[in-house]
Amino acid sequence: MSSAAVALPSGSSLPTQVSTLARRAVRRTVRQPAMIVPSLVFPLFLLAVNSAGLDAATHIPGFPTDSYLTFALAIPFIQGALFATMNSGQALAEDIESGFFNRLALTPMRGSALIAGQLGGLVAIGLLQASVYLAVGLAAGAHFEAGVLGVPVLFALSILVSIGFGGIGMLMAIRTGSGEAVQGLFPLLFVFLFFSSISLPRDLIQEDWFRTIATINPVSYLIEGVRSFFVIGWDGEALALAFGIAVALIVISISLASLALRGRMVRS
Amino acid sequence: MIDGNYLSSALGIAWRSLHNAFTKPAILLPSLIFPLFFLAAFAGGLSAISDTPRFEYPEGYTTFVFGFVLLQSSALGGVFTGFSIAADFQFGMGRRMLLATRHRTAIIAGYAITAVARVLVTWIVVTVVALAAGMGVGGSAGEIAALYLLSLTVNVVALLFSCGIALRLRTLQAGPLMQFPVFILLFLTPVYVPQALLAGWVAEVARANPLTLILNTNRDLLAGASAELLAAYGVAFGLVALLTLWAVSGMRRAETAG
Repeated sequence: MSSAAVALPSGSSLPTQVSTLARRAVRRTVRQPAMIVPSLVFPLFLLAVNSAGLDAATHIPGFPTDSYLTFALAIPFIQGALFATMNSGQALAEDIESGFFNRLALTPMRGSALIAGQLGGLVAIGLLQASVYLAVGLAAGAHFEAGVLGVPVLFALSILVSIGFGGIGMLMAIRTGSGEAVQGLFPLLFVFLFFSSISLPRDLIQEDWFRTIATINPVSYLIEGVRSFFVIGWDGEALALAFGIAVALIVISISLASLALRGRMVRS
Repeated sequence: MIDGNYLSSALGIAWRSLHNAFTKPAILLPSLIFPLFFLAAFAGGLSAISDTPRFEYPEGYTTFVFGFVLLQSSALGGVFTGFSIAADFQFGMGRRMLLATRHRTAIIAGYAITAVARVLVTWIVVTVVALAAGMGVGGSAGEIAALYLLSLTVNVVALLFSCGIALRLRTLQAGPLMQFPVFILLFLTPVYVPQALLAGWVAEVARANPLTLILNTNRDLLAGASAELLAAYGVAFGLVALLTLWAVSGMRRAETAG
Protein backbone atom coordinates (compact mmCIF):
# COMPACT_ATOMS: atom_id res chain seq x y z
CA MET A 1 0.00 0.00 0.00
CA SER A 2 1.32 3.41 -0.80
CA SER A 3 1.89 5.94 1.89
CA ALA A 4 -0.55 8.28 0.17
CA ALA A 5 -3.36 5.85 0.90
CA VAL A 6 -3.40 6.89 4.56
CA ALA A 7 -6.08 9.54 4.98
CA LEU A 8 -6.39 10.99 8.44
CA PRO A 9 -9.35 13.20 9.27
CA SER A 10 -8.19 16.57 10.50
CA GLY A 11 -8.11 16.78 14.29
CA SER A 12 -8.51 13.02 14.53
CA SER A 13 -8.39 11.43 17.94
CA LEU A 14 -5.74 9.01 19.09
CA PRO A 15 -8.00 5.93 18.58
CA THR A 16 -8.76 7.08 15.02
CA GLN A 17 -5.08 7.56 14.30
CA VAL A 18 -4.27 4.14 15.74
CA SER A 19 -7.00 2.33 13.83
CA THR A 20 -6.04 4.07 10.57
CA LEU A 21 -2.43 3.07 10.92
CA ALA A 22 -3.34 -0.44 12.12
CA ARG A 23 -5.52 -0.97 9.05
CA ARG A 24 -2.66 0.24 6.88
CA ALA A 25 -0.22 -2.13 8.62
CA VAL A 26 -2.55 -5.10 8.17
CA ARG A 27 -3.34 -4.26 4.54
CA ARG A 28 0.31 -3.76 3.70
CA THR A 29 1.24 -7.10 5.24
CA VAL A 30 -1.61 -8.98 3.57
CA ARG A 31 -0.70 -7.49 0.19
CA GLN A 32 2.88 -8.74 0.49
CA PRO A 33 2.76 -12.55 0.66
CA ALA A 34 6.56 -12.52 0.87
CA MET A 35 6.14 -11.12 4.38
CA ILE A 36 3.62 -13.74 5.52
CA VAL A 37 4.51 -16.94 3.69
CA PRO A 38 8.03 -17.44 5.09
CA SER A 39 6.77 -16.86 8.63
CA LEU A 40 4.21 -19.62 8.11
CA VAL A 41 6.13 -22.08 5.95
CA PHE A 42 9.61 -21.98 7.45
CA PRO A 43 8.59 -22.83 11.05
CA LEU A 44 6.28 -25.59 9.82
CA PHE A 45 9.05 -27.05 7.65
CA LEU A 46 11.42 -27.15 10.61
CA LEU A 47 8.64 -28.63 12.75
CA ALA A 48 8.08 -31.41 10.21
CA VAL A 49 11.80 -32.17 9.88
CA ASN A 50 12.61 -31.98 13.58
CA SER A 51 9.58 -33.96 14.75
CA ALA A 52 10.62 -36.84 12.48
CA GLY A 53 14.36 -36.45 12.98
CA LEU A 54 14.21 -36.16 16.75
CA ASP A 55 11.44 -38.65 17.43
CA ALA A 56 14.05 -40.92 19.04
CA ALA A 57 14.39 -38.32 21.81
CA THR A 58 11.06 -39.48 23.23
CA HIS A 59 12.89 -42.64 24.38
CA ILE A 60 15.14 -40.63 26.71
CA PRO A 61 14.09 -41.51 30.27
CA GLY A 62 12.05 -38.65 31.71
CA PHE A 63 10.96 -37.20 28.37
CA PRO A 64 7.54 -35.69 29.09
CA THR A 65 5.56 -37.07 26.13
CA ASP A 66 5.66 -39.96 23.68
CA SER A 67 5.20 -37.63 20.69
CA TYR A 68 8.04 -35.34 19.66
CA LEU A 69 5.61 -33.48 17.40
CA THR A 70 3.56 -32.53 20.47
CA PHE A 71 6.72 -31.44 22.27
CA ALA A 72 8.04 -29.43 19.30
CA LEU A 73 4.78 -27.74 18.34
CA ALA A 74 5.58 -24.86 20.70
CA ILE A 75 8.60 -23.90 18.59
CA PRO A 76 6.72 -22.48 15.55
CA PHE A 77 4.84 -20.13 17.86
CA ILE A 78 8.09 -18.57 19.01
CA GLN A 79 9.73 -18.73 15.57
CA GLY A 80 6.66 -17.01 14.13
CA ALA A 81 7.05 -14.29 16.72
CA LEU A 82 10.67 -13.83 15.66
CA PHE A 83 9.51 -13.40 12.09
CA ALA A 84 7.11 -10.77 13.42
CA THR A 85 10.19 -8.93 14.66
CA MET A 86 11.57 -8.77 11.17
CA ASN A 87 8.23 -7.94 9.54
CA SER A 88 7.40 -5.06 11.84
CA GLY A 89 10.95 -3.75 11.75
CA GLN A 90 11.18 -4.08 8.00
CA ALA A 91 7.84 -2.29 7.49
CA LEU A 92 8.80 0.59 9.76
CA ALA A 93 12.28 0.85 8.24
CA GLU A 94 10.72 1.07 4.78
CA ASP A 95 8.54 3.91 6.04
CA ILE A 96 11.62 5.71 7.30
CA GLU A 97 13.64 5.06 4.13
CA SER A 98 10.81 6.06 1.80
CA GLY A 99 10.22 9.36 3.60
CA PHE A 100 6.70 8.40 4.70
CA PHE A 101 7.79 8.71 8.28
CA ASN A 102 9.02 12.26 7.71
CA ARG A 103 5.72 13.24 6.15
CA LEU A 104 3.86 11.73 9.11
CA ALA A 105 6.01 13.80 11.44
CA LEU A 106 4.60 16.92 9.77
CA THR A 107 1.04 15.87 10.64
CA PRO A 108 -0.60 15.95 14.07
CA MET A 109 -0.03 12.20 14.22
CA ARG A 110 1.26 11.14 17.62
CA GLY A 111 4.23 8.85 17.96
CA SER A 112 2.26 6.54 20.23
CA ALA A 113 -0.33 6.10 17.44
CA LEU A 114 2.39 5.05 15.04
CA ILE A 115 3.64 2.38 17.43
CA ALA A 116 0.17 1.19 18.41
CA GLY A 117 -0.87 1.05 14.75
CA GLN A 118 2.07 -1.18 13.88
CA LEU A 119 1.23 -3.38 16.84
CA GLY A 120 -2.32 -3.73 15.51
CA GLY A 121 -0.85 -5.26 12.38
CA LEU A 122 1.23 -7.60 14.52
CA VAL A 123 -1.83 -8.82 16.43
CA ALA A 124 -3.52 -9.74 13.15
CA ILE A 125 -0.47 -11.62 11.88
CA GLY A 126 0.05 -13.25 15.28
CA LEU A 127 -3.52 -14.56 15.26
CA LEU A 128 -3.14 -15.92 11.74
CA GLN A 129 0.14 -17.62 12.59
CA ALA A 130 -1.19 -19.18 15.81
CA SER A 131 -4.29 -20.49 14.02
CA VAL A 132 -2.25 -22.07 11.23
CA TYR A 133 0.35 -23.63 13.55
CA LEU A 134 -2.30 -25.07 15.84
CA ALA A 135 -4.45 -26.40 12.99
CA VAL A 136 -1.49 -28.00 11.19
CA GLY A 137 -0.09 -29.44 14.42
CA LEU A 138 -3.38 -31.00 15.49
CA ALA A 139 -4.05 -32.30 11.98
CA ALA A 140 -0.60 -33.95 12.05
CA GLY A 141 -1.49 -35.75 15.27
CA ALA A 142 -0.18 -33.53 18.07
CA HIS A 143 -1.94 -33.63 21.45
CA PHE A 144 -3.45 -30.54 23.09
CA GLU A 145 -3.79 -31.35 26.77
CA ALA A 146 -5.27 -28.00 27.86
CA GLY A 147 -8.57 -28.62 26.09
CA VAL A 148 -10.79 -26.13 24.29
CA LEU A 149 -10.41 -23.47 26.99
CA GLY A 150 -6.67 -23.54 26.43
CA VAL A 151 -6.99 -22.31 22.85
CA PRO A 152 -7.86 -18.64 23.61
CA VAL A 153 -5.23 -18.53 26.36
CA LEU A 154 -2.63 -20.00 23.99
CA PHE A 155 -3.61 -17.40 21.37
CA ALA A 156 -3.35 -14.61 23.94
CA LEU A 157 0.15 -15.72 24.94
CA SER A 158 1.16 -16.12 21.31
CA ILE A 159 -0.01 -12.59 20.47
CA LEU A 160 1.75 -11.11 23.49
CA VAL A 161 4.99 -12.81 22.46
CA SER A 162 4.55 -11.49 18.89
CA ILE A 163 4.00 -7.96 20.19
CA GLY A 164 7.03 -8.23 22.47
CA PHE A 165 9.36 -9.36 19.67
CA GLY A 166 7.66 -6.95 17.27
CA GLY A 167 8.61 -4.15 19.65
CA ILE A 168 12.25 -5.23 19.32
CA GLY A 169 11.90 -5.10 15.53
CA MET A 170 10.45 -1.60 15.74
CA LEU A 171 13.25 -0.51 18.05
CA MET A 172 15.82 -1.83 15.57
CA ALA A 173 14.09 -0.06 12.69
CA ILE A 174 13.79 3.28 14.46
CA ARG A 175 17.37 3.17 15.73
CA THR A 176 18.93 2.17 12.40
CA GLY A 177 16.40 3.54 9.89
CA SER A 178 17.49 0.76 7.52
CA GLY A 179 15.63 -2.34 6.37
CA GLU A 180 18.94 -3.98 5.48
CA ALA A 181 20.21 -3.44 9.02
CA VAL A 182 17.02 -4.95 10.46
CA GLN A 183 17.49 -8.01 8.26
CA GLY A 184 21.12 -8.25 9.30
CA LEU A 185 20.24 -8.18 13.00
CA PHE A 186 17.47 -10.76 12.61
CA PRO A 187 19.71 -13.90 12.70
CA LEU A 188 21.11 -12.74 16.03
CA LEU A 189 17.67 -13.24 17.57
CA PHE A 190 17.73 -16.86 16.44
CA VAL A 191 20.67 -17.42 18.77
CA PHE A 192 18.26 -16.91 21.67
CA LEU A 193 15.94 -19.52 20.18
CA PHE A 194 18.60 -22.18 19.60
CA PHE A 195 20.28 -21.72 22.98
CA SER A 196 17.09 -22.45 24.87
CA SER A 197 15.04 -25.50 25.82
CA ILE A 198 13.88 -25.66 22.21
CA SER A 199 14.91 -29.28 21.56
CA LEU A 200 14.89 -30.93 24.98
CA PRO A 201 13.46 -30.13 28.41
CA ARG A 202 16.04 -28.24 30.47
CA ASP A 203 16.41 -31.05 33.00
CA LEU A 204 17.39 -33.45 30.21
CA ILE A 205 20.10 -31.23 28.75
CA GLN A 206 23.34 -32.98 29.67
CA GLU A 207 25.92 -30.27 29.06
CA ASP A 208 26.09 -28.00 32.12
CA TRP A 209 27.12 -24.88 30.18
CA PHE A 210 24.21 -25.28 27.76
CA ARG A 211 21.71 -25.91 30.56
CA THR A 212 22.94 -22.78 32.34
CA ILE A 213 22.49 -20.66 29.21
CA ALA A 214 19.05 -22.17 28.57
CA THR A 215 18.05 -21.44 32.17
CA ILE A 216 19.15 -17.80 31.94
CA ASN A 217 17.61 -17.37 28.49
CA PRO A 218 14.07 -15.93 28.82
CA VAL A 219 13.06 -17.53 25.50
CA SER A 220 13.18 -20.93 27.27
CA TYR A 221 10.31 -19.84 29.51
CA LEU A 222 8.27 -18.53 26.58
CA ILE A 223 8.67 -21.89 24.83
CA GLU A 224 7.90 -23.82 28.00
CA GLY A 225 4.74 -21.76 28.57
CA VAL A 226 3.44 -22.48 25.08
CA ARG A 227 4.59 -26.12 25.34
CA SER A 228 2.68 -26.64 28.58
CA PHE A 229 -0.66 -26.35 26.74
CA PHE A 230 0.29 -29.27 24.50
CA VAL A 231 2.18 -31.52 26.88
CA ILE A 232 0.87 -30.90 30.42
CA GLY A 233 -2.46 -29.13 30.24
CA TRP A 234 -2.64 -26.28 32.76
CA ASP A 235 0.73 -25.55 34.38
CA GLY A 236 0.34 -22.43 36.53
CA GLU A 237 4.07 -21.87 37.03
CA ALA A 238 4.98 -22.25 33.36
CA LEU A 239 2.12 -19.96 32.32
CA ALA A 240 2.91 -17.31 34.93
CA LEU A 241 6.54 -17.23 33.83
CA ALA A 242 5.64 -17.12 30.13
CA PHE A 243 3.02 -14.39 30.49
CA GLY A 244 5.26 -12.43 32.88
CA ILE A 245 8.23 -12.53 30.50
CA ALA A 246 6.06 -11.70 27.48
CA VAL A 247 4.59 -8.65 29.27
CA ALA A 248 8.04 -7.58 30.47
CA LEU A 249 9.36 -7.91 26.91
CA ILE A 250 6.49 -5.74 25.64
CA VAL A 251 7.03 -3.06 28.29
CA ILE A 252 10.78 -2.90 27.74
CA SER A 253 10.79 -3.07 23.93
CA ILE A 254 7.90 -0.64 23.43
CA SER A 255 9.32 1.82 25.97
CA LEU A 256 12.69 1.78 24.24
CA ALA A 257 11.01 2.04 20.82
CA SER A 258 9.00 5.04 22.04
CA LEU A 259 12.12 6.76 23.33
CA ALA A 260 13.93 6.07 20.07
CA LEU A 261 10.91 7.35 18.13
CA ARG A 262 10.99 10.60 20.05
CA GLY A 263 14.63 11.05 19.09
CA ARG A 264 13.94 10.11 15.47
CA MET A 265 11.05 12.60 15.20
CA VAL A 266 13.23 15.37 16.60
CA ARG A 267 15.96 14.54 14.04
CA SER A 268 13.36 14.48 11.26
CA MET B 1 43.44 -27.22 -22.13
CA ILE B 2 44.42 -24.80 -19.40
CA ASP B 3 46.88 -22.20 -20.65
CA GLY B 4 48.66 -19.42 -18.76
CA ASN B 5 46.02 -16.88 -19.66
CA TYR B 6 43.28 -19.12 -18.29
CA LEU B 7 45.09 -19.65 -15.01
CA SER B 8 46.00 -16.00 -14.53
CA SER B 9 42.37 -15.00 -15.22
CA ALA B 10 41.05 -17.51 -12.69
CA LEU B 11 43.62 -16.49 -10.09
CA GLY B 12 42.95 -12.80 -10.67
CA ILE B 13 39.22 -13.27 -10.10
CA ALA B 14 39.90 -15.42 -7.05
CA TRP B 15 42.31 -12.84 -5.62
CA ARG B 16 39.77 -10.05 -6.01
CA SER B 17 36.93 -12.06 -4.43
CA LEU B 18 39.12 -13.24 -1.58
CA HIS B 19 40.33 -9.71 -0.95
CA ASN B 20 36.70 -8.60 -0.72
CA ALA B 21 35.77 -11.48 1.57
CA PHE B 22 38.70 -11.10 3.95
CA THR B 23 38.56 -7.31 4.22
CA LYS B 24 34.80 -7.09 4.84
CA PRO B 25 33.78 -8.82 8.08
CA ALA B 26 30.11 -8.73 7.04
CA ILE B 27 30.97 -11.13 4.20
CA LEU B 28 33.32 -13.46 6.06
CA LEU B 29 31.74 -13.66 9.51
CA PRO B 30 28.45 -15.41 8.65
CA SER B 31 30.32 -18.32 7.04
CA LEU B 32 32.39 -18.65 10.23
CA ILE B 33 29.67 -18.03 12.78
CA PHE B 34 26.90 -20.26 11.39
CA PRO B 35 28.84 -23.57 11.65
CA LEU B 36 30.12 -22.68 15.13
CA PHE B 37 26.61 -21.76 16.17
CA PHE B 38 25.17 -25.08 14.97
CA LEU B 39 28.05 -27.04 16.49
CA ALA B 40 27.47 -25.41 19.88
CA ALA B 41 23.67 -25.59 19.75
CA PHE B 42 23.46 -29.22 18.61
CA ALA B 43 26.41 -30.72 20.49
CA GLY B 44 25.52 -28.78 23.64
CA GLY B 45 21.77 -29.01 23.62
CA LEU B 46 21.10 -32.43 22.14
CA SER B 47 23.85 -34.70 23.49
CA ALA B 48 21.28 -36.62 25.57
CA ILE B 49 19.98 -38.06 22.30
CA SER B 50 23.03 -40.31 22.16
CA ASP B 51 21.63 -42.14 25.22
CA THR B 52 18.61 -43.37 23.31
CA PRO B 53 18.44 -47.08 22.45
CA ARG B 54 20.05 -48.08 19.10
CA PHE B 55 22.07 -44.83 18.89
CA GLU B 56 25.40 -46.36 18.02
CA TYR B 57 28.30 -44.03 17.33
CA PRO B 58 31.58 -44.74 19.08
CA GLU B 59 33.14 -41.26 19.07
CA GLY B 60 30.41 -39.43 20.96
CA TYR B 61 27.77 -36.87 20.04
CA THR B 62 30.14 -33.93 19.41
CA THR B 63 31.91 -35.94 16.70
CA PHE B 64 28.54 -37.08 15.34
CA VAL B 65 27.41 -33.45 15.05
CA PHE B 66 30.76 -32.37 13.63
CA GLY B 67 30.16 -34.66 10.63
CA PHE B 68 27.06 -32.61 9.84
CA VAL B 69 28.66 -29.26 10.62
CA LEU B 70 31.52 -30.02 8.24
CA LEU B 71 29.03 -30.87 5.50
CA GLN B 72 26.98 -27.77 6.26
CA SER B 73 29.95 -25.38 6.37
CA SER B 74 31.21 -26.81 3.08
CA ALA B 75 27.85 -26.37 1.37
CA LEU B 76 27.11 -22.94 2.79
CA GLY B 77 30.65 -21.80 1.96
CA GLY B 78 29.84 -22.46 -1.69
CA VAL B 79 26.50 -20.69 -1.39
CA PHE B 80 28.05 -17.61 0.23
CA THR B 81 30.49 -17.34 -2.68
CA GLY B 82 27.42 -17.54 -4.94
CA PHE B 83 26.21 -14.34 -3.25
CA SER B 84 29.48 -12.66 -4.31
CA ILE B 85 28.93 -13.77 -7.92
CA ALA B 86 25.39 -12.33 -7.87
CA ALA B 87 26.68 -9.04 -6.47
CA ASP B 88 29.45 -8.82 -9.07
CA PHE B 89 27.01 -9.36 -11.93
CA GLN B 90 24.39 -7.03 -10.43
CA PHE B 91 26.76 -4.11 -10.02
CA GLY B 92 28.61 -4.39 -13.35
CA MET B 93 31.84 -6.13 -12.35
CA GLY B 94 30.70 -9.32 -14.05
CA ARG B 95 30.31 -7.53 -17.36
CA ARG B 96 33.86 -6.19 -17.09
CA MET B 97 35.10 -9.69 -16.32
CA LEU B 98 33.37 -11.01 -19.44
CA LEU B 99 35.06 -8.28 -21.52
CA ALA B 100 38.47 -8.92 -20.02
CA THR B 101 38.54 -12.73 -19.97
CA ARG B 102 39.05 -14.86 -23.05
CA HIS B 103 37.95 -18.08 -21.34
CA ARG B 104 34.49 -17.79 -19.79
CA THR B 105 34.95 -20.85 -17.59
CA ALA B 106 38.01 -19.19 -16.05
CA ILE B 107 35.55 -16.87 -14.29
CA ILE B 108 33.76 -19.86 -12.76
CA ALA B 109 37.10 -21.45 -11.88
CA GLY B 110 38.16 -18.23 -10.15
CA TYR B 111 35.06 -18.23 -8.00
CA ALA B 112 35.57 -21.94 -7.25
CA ILE B 113 39.08 -21.16 -5.99
CA THR B 114 37.52 -18.43 -3.83
CA ALA B 115 34.98 -20.83 -2.38
CA VAL B 116 37.67 -23.40 -1.58
CA ALA B 117 39.96 -20.83 0.06
CA ARG B 118 37.11 -19.46 2.15
CA VAL B 119 35.96 -22.86 3.31
CA LEU B 120 39.51 -23.82 4.31
CA VAL B 121 39.53 -20.94 6.78
CA THR B 122 36.11 -21.97 8.11
CA TRP B 123 37.25 -25.58 8.54
CA ILE B 124 40.34 -24.56 10.49
CA VAL B 125 38.24 -22.51 12.93
CA VAL B 126 35.45 -25.10 13.28
CA THR B 127 37.85 -28.04 13.63
CA VAL B 128 39.96 -26.30 16.27
CA VAL B 129 36.84 -25.36 18.25
CA ALA B 130 35.42 -28.90 17.98
CA LEU B 131 38.70 -30.46 19.13
CA ALA B 132 38.91 -27.99 22.00
CA ALA B 133 35.35 -28.98 22.94
CA GLY B 134 36.44 -32.59 23.28
CA MET B 135 35.63 -34.06 19.89
CA GLY B 136 36.99 -37.57 19.56
CA VAL B 137 38.51 -38.71 16.26
CA GLY B 138 38.86 -42.40 15.52
CA GLY B 139 39.80 -42.13 11.85
CA SER B 140 43.34 -42.51 10.54
CA ALA B 141 45.21 -39.65 8.84
CA GLY B 142 44.23 -41.09 5.46
CA GLU B 143 40.57 -41.29 6.46
CA ILE B 144 40.60 -37.71 7.73
CA ALA B 145 42.22 -36.56 4.48
CA ALA B 146 39.49 -38.42 2.55
CA LEU B 147 36.90 -36.71 4.77
CA TYR B 148 38.14 -33.20 3.98
CA LEU B 149 38.57 -33.99 0.29
CA LEU B 150 34.96 -35.19 0.15
CA SER B 151 33.84 -32.03 1.93
CA LEU B 152 35.82 -29.96 -0.53
CA THR B 153 33.89 -31.60 -3.35
CA VAL B 154 30.62 -30.67 -1.61
CA ASN B 155 31.86 -27.09 -1.39
CA VAL B 156 32.45 -27.03 -5.16
CA VAL B 157 29.04 -28.65 -5.78
CA ALA B 158 27.28 -25.90 -3.79
CA LEU B 159 29.36 -23.22 -5.49
CA LEU B 160 28.44 -24.52 -8.97
CA PHE B 161 24.74 -24.71 -8.02
CA SER B 162 24.73 -21.15 -6.66
CA CYS B 163 26.83 -19.91 -9.56
CA GLY B 164 24.24 -21.20 -12.04
CA ILE B 165 21.49 -19.30 -10.24
CA ALA B 166 23.57 -16.15 -9.73
CA LEU B 167 24.51 -16.00 -13.42
CA ARG B 168 20.94 -16.52 -14.56
CA LEU B 169 19.35 -13.93 -12.29
CA ARG B 170 22.31 -11.57 -11.74
CA THR B 171 20.85 -10.00 -8.61
CA LEU B 172 21.46 -10.36 -4.89
CA GLN B 173 17.73 -10.92 -4.51
CA ALA B 174 18.41 -14.42 -5.81
CA GLY B 175 20.10 -15.18 -2.47
CA PRO B 176 17.18 -17.17 -1.01
CA LEU B 177 17.00 -19.26 -4.20
CA MET B 178 20.61 -20.30 -3.62
CA GLN B 179 20.33 -20.75 0.13
CA PHE B 180 16.97 -22.41 0.74
CA PRO B 181 17.31 -25.48 -1.50
CA VAL B 182 20.73 -26.24 -0.01
CA PHE B 183 19.44 -25.61 3.50
CA ILE B 184 16.43 -27.87 2.93
CA LEU B 185 18.57 -30.66 1.44
CA LEU B 186 20.94 -30.41 4.41
CA PHE B 187 18.13 -30.74 6.93
CA LEU B 188 16.58 -33.65 5.06
CA THR B 189 19.54 -35.82 6.06
CA PRO B 190 20.01 -37.66 9.38
CA VAL B 191 21.10 -34.46 11.14
CA TYR B 192 20.48 -35.39 14.77
CA VAL B 193 20.41 -39.19 14.86
CA PRO B 194 21.79 -42.06 12.75
CA GLN B 195 19.76 -42.86 9.66
CA ALA B 196 18.39 -46.05 11.25
CA LEU B 197 16.65 -43.98 13.93
CA LEU B 198 14.87 -41.60 11.58
CA ALA B 199 11.11 -41.94 11.60
CA GLY B 200 8.25 -41.07 9.26
CA TRP B 201 8.52 -39.30 5.95
CA VAL B 202 11.94 -37.84 6.70
CA ALA B 203 13.37 -41.37 6.76
CA GLU B 204 12.10 -41.93 3.21
CA VAL B 205 13.30 -38.57 1.93
CA ALA B 206 16.70 -38.98 3.60
CA ARG B 207 17.17 -42.32 1.87
CA ALA B 208 16.76 -40.61 -1.53
CA ASN B 209 18.81 -37.53 -0.60
CA PRO B 210 22.33 -37.73 -2.09
CA LEU B 211 23.71 -35.71 0.82
CA THR B 212 22.72 -38.50 3.23
CA LEU B 213 25.34 -40.82 1.76
CA ILE B 214 27.97 -38.10 2.01
CA LEU B 215 26.99 -37.27 5.61
CA ASN B 216 27.06 -40.93 6.65
CA THR B 217 30.47 -41.28 5.01
CA ASN B 218 31.72 -38.16 6.85
CA ARG B 219 30.69 -39.71 10.16
CA ASP B 220 32.16 -43.11 9.29
CA LEU B 221 35.48 -41.55 8.30
CA LEU B 222 35.60 -39.53 11.54
CA ALA B 223 34.98 -42.69 13.54
CA GLY B 224 37.38 -44.81 11.51
CA ALA B 225 34.55 -47.15 10.60
CA SER B 226 34.12 -48.80 7.22
CA ALA B 227 32.78 -46.14 4.89
CA GLU B 228 31.05 -46.25 1.54
CA LEU B 229 33.81 -44.06 0.25
CA LEU B 230 33.64 -44.91 -3.43
CA ALA B 231 29.89 -44.47 -3.59
CA ALA B 232 30.10 -41.11 -1.76
CA TYR B 233 32.84 -39.85 -4.06
CA GLY B 234 30.86 -41.14 -7.03
CA VAL B 235 27.83 -39.11 -5.96
CA ALA B 236 29.93 -36.02 -5.22
CA PHE B 237 31.82 -36.05 -8.53
CA GLY B 238 28.60 -36.87 -10.39
CA LEU B 239 27.05 -33.75 -8.90
CA VAL B 240 30.14 -31.72 -9.83
CA ALA B 241 29.83 -32.88 -13.46
CA LEU B 242 26.10 -32.15 -13.60
CA LEU B 243 26.34 -28.76 -11.95
CA THR B 244 29.33 -27.71 -14.04
CA LEU B 245 26.96 -27.89 -17.02
CA TRP B 246 24.44 -25.85 -15.03
CA ALA B 247 27.02 -23.17 -14.18
CA VAL B 248 28.51 -23.00 -17.67
CA SER B 249 25.07 -22.66 -19.27
CA GLY B 250 24.38 -19.91 -16.72
CA MET B 251 27.52 -18.14 -17.89
CA ARG B 252 26.22 -18.31 -21.47
CA ARG B 253 22.94 -16.75 -20.30
CA ALA B 254 24.83 -13.95 -18.54
CA GLU B 255 26.91 -13.36 -21.65
CA THR B 256 23.84 -13.24 -23.87
CA ALA B 257 22.14 -10.81 -21.51
CA GLY B 258 25.20 -8.55 -21.78
